[in-house]
Amino acid sequence: MTTFLDNIFNGLALGAVYALVALGFVIIFKASGVMNFAHGSLLLLGGYLTAVFHDDLGFAGALAVAVLVTAAVAGAMDRFLLHAGGTDPHTAHVQTIVTIGVDIVILTDLSRRIGGDLLSLGDPWGDSVSGLGPVTVADSRIAAIVVSTVVIAGVFALFRYTSWGLSLRASAEDVEAAALMGVRLVRIRTLAWCLAGALAALAAVFLAAFPAPGLERTTGQIALKAFPAAILGGMASPPGALAGSLLIGLTEALVAGYQSDLHILGEGFGDVAPYAVMVLVLLVRPTGLFGGKAAVRV
Amino acid sequence: MPEAPPDEERALRVEGLDVTYGRALSALRSVSLTVPHGTVVALLGANGAGKTTLLRAVSGTLRLHRGAVTAGRIRYGTTELDGRDPVAAVRAGVVQVPEGRRVFAGLTVDENLRSGGLGLGRRRPAQVAEARDRVFTLFPRLAERTRQAAGLLSGGEQQMLAIGRALMAAPRLLLLDEPSLGLAPQMVYRIAEVVREINAQGTAVLLVEQNAGMALSLADTAHVLEVGEVRLSGPADELARTDAVRRLYLGETTETTDTTDTTDTPDTPDTPDTTETTTETTDAGDITRAAGTTEGQGAA
Repeated sequence: MTTFLDNIFNGLALGAVYALVALGFVIIFKASGVMNFAHGSLLLLGGYLTAVFHDDLGFAGALAVAVLVTAAVAGAMDRFLLHAGGTDPHTAHVQTIVTIGVDIVILTDLSRRIGGDLLSLGDPWGDSVSGLGPVTVADSRIAAIVVSTVVIAGVFALFRYTSWGLSLRASAEDVEAAALMGVRLVRIRTLAWCLAGALAALAAVFLAAFPAPGLERTTGQIALKAFPAAILGGMASPPGALAGSLLIGLTEALVAGYQSDLHILGEGFGDVAPYAVMVLVLLVRPTGLFGGKAAVRV
Repeated sequence: MPEAPPDEERALRVEGLDVTYGRALSALRSVSLTVPHGTVVALLGANGAGKTTLLRAVSGTLRLHRGAVTAGRIRYGTTELDGRDPVAAVRAGVVQVPEGRRVFAGLTVDENLRSGGLGLGRRRPAQVAEARDRVFTLFPRLAERTRQAAGLLSGGEQQMLAIGRALMAAPRLLLLDEPSLGLAPQMVYRIAEVVREINAQGTAVLLVEQNAGMALSLADTAHVLEVGEVRLSGPADELARTDAVRRLYLGETTETTDTTDTTDTPDTPDTPDTTETTTETTDAGDITRAAGTTEGQGAA
């Protein structure tokens, strides 16, 4: 029973971190119709910057720098590399391919810098643990859940109550009608990329924190697990991304926790599980959990 | 906003406008028209005549369709609008209601209305409340449905919401693209009333319509576009009496002309002269026709 609760808790913590990444995917997709394959390297960039600066600036300062710089890089990537063609809405697929190229460039450079090292991010939780009822959990995971919940609630409030959020949702529904209302499409879109970059940098902290050994050059690949989370949520639905992330997190934790009972599926099935879940969900609901076509009366 | 400028500074002036799509397809050729302050101007024409293109040029959305203004100018008052982005038009007080309503289906009625004010940036809550009250007075039905998703409204309600959304920006000139499209006759009548009311409140309207009967009954002046050029212009009531308009746009059979004409497909570029040679009703003095237009060039 304790193992089960352990696994559930770990799953929630993982899911909370995936949600930060998946929400970034969804925000970018909503704003620009682009699947950002460079999201993993943005995440790695955020983690790397935190690791480099935490000696001089302290953890909080380093994290602030990392979040700001990653947001700026994401925004600049949109503005200068993807969006050079203007507000033409027909080029999203081309831009998606461009993100693959950007990913390779950033990843190659960061891999060269990180090499085979394991970088510590200097987070305040270290390897301390707390007793939570019958289970013992890492403080970093509690922090992951708390911080993600607060940040995601903040992002949802942005969507709902600010004119940026309204502009983003309106232009995701109908670019031309939004333009006619005077929505500044380019600005809204670039801000969306910045926000997604900031979320990725934040997620890096929790992916590198205990019980993970630290930041390594492959940490960015974890973003790939948030990808099925975003897709099975419906790709354009923030609540869907949340549900998808929790589902993926729980699946991964449970599969890893009961690995010995699941050895018939082979070693390391935990890495495959997110994709298996995605395929199963999409078989039943091809548009994703929350991706059902918007209610439209004709 | 400053106190109201003189009327001549609140007129839309389109002069010698040429619009081309994809650098090749000519959609408008030297189109000129004026929408004076506080009037209703109707723009008639068949599908593909360039009516929507003209609205796009004014509202700055040509670029979304890979179109561009290649000659001429568009001004609202003293503000140049050609080549500007849609924000410039909204800020100048020129707001378009797109064809086919295009409400944000997944957003609530309230959010749709809020989105109408996005182009103006931060506004005082009192201004927003005033604009909203005006919309709810015009369309009481929207006030009852503020929390409902816009996609679940009926077609007529969606058209009201689309107009209401545009009114949230407190426009001085409203560009209406086919507001009667796909609506039941009763609802068309209701929309016509609404246009009249909006105009009575001091907002000028440029009305693009295929329903020529409705448009001409509302408008002060009217223009007829044919394959990208203004063919006829004049006071709406006089235009409504000309044979050409009656035959082509009001669906009436005229007694004065050969009936075989009416069964022809109207207004193809090959048979333009039927319009020219038709005997006009006598008092069409104010109607100007495009002189010496050559036909047969690339249709848009």
